[in-house]
Amino acid sequence: MNYTFHWLPAFRALPEMLAGALVTLEIAVLSMLLGVFFAVLLAVASGSSYRSLRALAATWVELARNTPSLFQIYMAYFGLGSLGIHLDSFVALLAGITFNNAGYLAETFRGGLRAVPQTQVRAARSLGMGQVQAFRLIVLPQMFRIVFYPLTNQMVWAILMTSLGVIVGLNNDLTGVTQELNVRSFRTFEYFALAAVIYYLLAKLVTVSARLMAWRLFRY
Amino acid sequence: MFSSLFETTFSLNDLWFMLKGAGVTLALTGWAVLGGTLLGVAFGVVRAVAPWWVNAPLGAVLDVFRSIPLLIQLVLANSFKTIVGIHWSPFTVGCVVLALYMSAYCTEIVRSGFLAVPATTRRAARSLGLSYRQDLTEIVFPIALRVALPSWIGLTLGVMKDTAMVWWIGVVELLRSSQVIVTRIQEPLFVLSIAGLIYFLMSFPIARLGARLEKRWREND
Repeated sequence: MNYTFHWLPAFRALPEMLAGALVTLEIAVLSMLLGVFFAVLLAVASGSSYRSLRALAATWVELARNTPSLFQIYMAYFGLGSLGIHLDSFVALLAGITFNNAGYLAETFRGGLRAVPQTQVRAARSLGMGQVQAFRLIVLPQMFRIVFYPLTNQMVWAILMTSLGVIVGLNNDLTGVTQELNVRSFRTFEYFALAAVIYYLLAKLVTVSARLMAWRLFRY
Repeated sequence: MFSSLFETTFSLNDLWFMLKGAGVTLALTGWAVLGGTLLGVAFGVVRAVAPWWVNAPLGAVLDVFRSIPLLIQLVLANSFKTIVGIHWSPFTVGCVVLALYMSAYCTEIVRSGFLAVPATTRRAARSLGLSYRQDLTEIVFPIALRVALPSWIGLTLGVMKDTAMVWWIGVVELLRSSQVIVTRIQEPLFVLSIAGLIYFLMSFPIARLGARLEKRWREND
């Protein structure tokens, strides 16, 4: 082994990489918020009495779950281009991850919805609540409790998936910044090892804060 | 806009090239699943029975593989290989990284399957005169298998989809081969759709099978 490690330049690039980590976190959070929104719609649609809505939801869910996330990001970046929709790499990455998140979370939410007994909805309705009220005040809080753990898992997944942005040319997230530094210096191992540490810390940040939140929210 | 779908320059040769890419994807998946499952079963059983001072460090190390993007793991392994001077092909590196990555998830599946067997059942087996070994093979294994198999199928499909990232270190698998064709004939939507269809056909039937197994076995519980 005749390789000398040069860790100093990597540490000097730390502020740049941390700024990248912030972008990574931003994409992950945005994709989760949008993903949850679409997932709730999909979960409701898949239980609807309209056939076309059910088919749409099923198509989305099965496509999201049975093709690679990288493929989905590719589709958003290169595929939509031939339909005349040109997304920049940030939006394409966000769209790809959101599509993926929504597909996985829709299944989770469907399970969560089914776990809340119908009798409770009926009880709420007979107490004078409207349909929306019953859903918002009775079903949603209980469902949230059931899906909380899968939700944090998906959040970690979303963070890991943002690293794929570099493949469609994103250069300001953590992996993108690392790759830029790498092509400038060819200190691949040092830079990427540092990036790996930051990703690890980000993932831990999510799991630890989720655990704290769960402890605070679900005490009853 | 859609006319390009009908007047395509996509040839049968291109399709053959993509199917060969799909073959590489399947080969990567096969090796990764084989290695990942063997390691995962070993680690999982160790994690289920070992004392905390073995269990905790092993869990922490495996957790690293689940907290770092696969892409970064691949890049790191590839450059580490060059640093130490091992002459492995990118395909081998991909298999090894994917196998380790899978083992980290498989460990948790095996462990939770193992721990799902009630202690009372195992005690009953032992008091009926079964040896520790018999208890493992005749009681724990069949029950844990039922709990773990649906998740294992899901994990296998997950690894199959994750092989798409291996092209970053230079392996021409399904997604990369479609990219090669896109650069030549400039019809990204059409070519990518075919790639997506192939992935879907490889994944969907098995996913359905897993869901059905899960449902059927739950009914029997």
